[in-house]
Amino acid sequence: MAGESLVFDHVTKRFGSLVAVDDVSFSVGKGEFFSLLGPSGCGKTTLLRMVGGFERPDSGRIYLDGRDITDEPPNMRRVHTVFQNYALFPTMTIWDNIAFSLRIAKRPADEIEKAVESILEMIRMGDHAWKYPNQLSGGQKQRVAIARALVDRPRVLLLDEPLAALDLKLRQHMLLELDTIHDQVGITFMYVTHDQGEAMSLSDRIAVMNRGRVEQLDIPAKIYEAPVSSFVAAFIGDTNFFEGSIVSADGDYCTIDCPGFAPIRAFNDRKLAEGQKVHLSVRPEKIHVTLAPPPPEKGVGINVFKSKVTDVIYQGVYTKYWLRSADRSVSAVKPHSRFLLDQEAISWNDNAYMWWHPDDGYMIENFSELDASLVQAPPQSVKGPSAP
Amino acid sequence: MKRRSRLAEWIVTTPSLAWLLLFFAVPALILLSFTFHGHTVNGGVAEGWSLTTWRALADPDYPAIVWRTIRLSFEVTFWCILFALPCAYAIARLPGRFRALVAGAVMLPFWTSFVVRVFAWKTMLHPDGWLQTCYAVFVRAREWMCGWLPESVREFLAWSGLVQAVPAGQSAATILDSETAVVLVSVYTFLPFAIMPLYTAAEKFDFSLMEAARDLGAKSFYAFRKIFVPGVKQGVVSAVLMVFIPMMGSYVIPQMLGGTDCVLVGNKIFMRAIQNRNIPHASALATLMAFSVLVPIALAAWWRRRQDLRDKKRLADETDRRMAMGGAA
Repeated sequence: MAGESLVFDHVTKRFGSLVAVDDVSFSVGKGEFFSLLGPSGCGKTTLLRMVGGFERPDSGRIYLDGRDITDEPPNMRRVHTVFQNYALFPTMTIWDNIAFSLRIAKRPADEIEKAVESILEMIRMGDHAWKYPNQLSGGQKQRVAIARALVDRPRVLLLDEPLAALDLKLRQHMLLELDTIHDQVGITFMYVTHDQGEAMSLSDRIAVMNRGRVEQLDIPAKIYEAPVSSFVAAFIGDTNFFEGSIVSADGDYCTIDCPGFAPIRAFNDRKLAEGQKVHLSVRPEKIHVTLAPPPPEKGVGINVFKSKVTDVIYQGVYTKYWLRSADRSVSAVKPHSRFLLDQEAISWNDNAYMWWHPDDGYMIENFSELDASLVQAPPQSVKGPSAP
Repeated sequence: MKRRSRLAEWIVTTPSLAWLLLFFAVPALILLSFTFHGHTVNGGVAEGWSLTTWRALADPDYPAIVWRTIRLSFEVTFWCILFALPCAYAIARLPGRFRALVAGAVMLPFWTSFVVRVFAWKTMLHPDGWLQTCYAVFVRAREWMCGWLPESVREFLAWSGLVQAVPAGQSAATILDSETAVVLVSVYTFLPFAIMPLYTAAEKFDFSLMEAARDLGAKSFYAFRKIFVPGVKQGVVSAVLMVFIPMMGSYVIPQMLGGTDCVLVGNKIFMRAIQNRNIPHASALATLMAFSVLVPIALAAWWRRRQDLRDKKRLADETDRRMAMGGAA
């Protein structure tokens, strides 16, 4: 990464009384694949539209390659957008669609032809050049929209949920293709999505946004493994929150006393002091579920809890268990190892052990009840078959 | 099954077909047949076939009148579309509730009788009317300003026709009783007919395309010209028809505001049918006009078909070329 491509400097945007983007500052490196991830209404699209020039920030500045572009009209910015609905021009052929920006720039005809042909080659759409957009499939339109935005080599490519309208298989395919295109062109990509899977698999860095603010900006693994707030922990993937306070801190580990649950051992990398109120986030896939107790382990000691299985949800790749222990419902997922018959078939009302290593819990100090509602709640199970 | 659906089709279409035959095709043919008869003194159609009516149309006056009608129709259509396009665009971009309000306001003039409105124009354009006064002041001001220009520039302006020299001591030309008045008031009258179909098309237009064009470097006006106007092409076609066809038959406006300079086919038909009681002659003029309306439409349809075919051919050619290239590789 050589320098900064985009810089946001205390950018704020209000719509009436609603603060869509609230004092956001960060920068995007040159050639980086950068994602803005967040639920709908978090301000990510507004932020993108401000880079495109379709919204003007109420305060703060935006810099592109060191130049202040805050007040420039959209057509003066070397920034192109791939719109969610593609916005291909229906009255023009694919060829004319792609050549649009080059023609405006008044490039010589042979140069336009060369550029369009080569980008058509790249997206493998050469055979469709003289078709109209309504003759293409969703994935093809998507590729044309990307080609149209890339053909005159903008400084930054903005992508506004470009895969949202595609079906799952096509989305996975386009994801790979986007990655390849990014590697080929070496242009900064700024990608807006509410789909954590897309963001995780593509991005160099992710900014997780919530209510107009950037909650966390980091590499995907850090975002997932070390969320700074309950919102990040709950929005990215699924998790279980255990509320409590640290009762004893010894070295790298500590014990958390959770009311309504048992004491839990947890990794204390930030050296939080005793008495500190925390929320422990434990991802479902980190929790093991077995009928037999786990083998005893020396050293730091693992967390083992007896529980009752209240629900089993088969989901193909894995099975999701809802376990009841003390007053708490905990979710855990377990991949299958064999066809249907697992090593131990764990079923409803079985008494099972759930256990995890202290390293697999992550303590969060910045917690809000609002975010806790993002976590999947246990299903309201029916108490046995009702009498006919 | 097949037979049944065919029968159903006939049952559904017959009423409208009968209606068209009875009230359009048959009267049109009767009208056409009238033109091949002479006329009687008391306003009837004479017995026996003759070509006298058509021969009378050879009078050089008639081609001039037909040509003027077509020319003015094109002129009025041009101005209407030119003004209606930005109007339709602006209305379609308004927030929802204002949109209905403004679109309704476009229709507001129809609440007043058409003849009354044309009369209002007549008073405004009268030599003592305020519009004529404003125009006279404008001409005086222009003259005064031209006085400051060097002689050569003044001569050039007069020669190019950009500024018509008004002889000293004479007042500015009156707008009333001229072609200008007819065009002006016709544009005023037909503008809502152009705005409505264009607005309907603009409302369905996807304005994110304008953003996409701006995003790719287009200035606002370029985007309007290259994306919006082709996007509402269907609306433009219907707006052209909505203005051009009634304009071809227009006779109230030229009658009231055109004076003796601006007689259109419609006025001639009125004159022949009502004043001269020469029904065959009026029929011949009507036939002539019908054809002069149909010909542009046929031309437009032909042009569109050609355009479609050309696109199809281009696609096929290009596919062939690529297939051949692929085969060679």
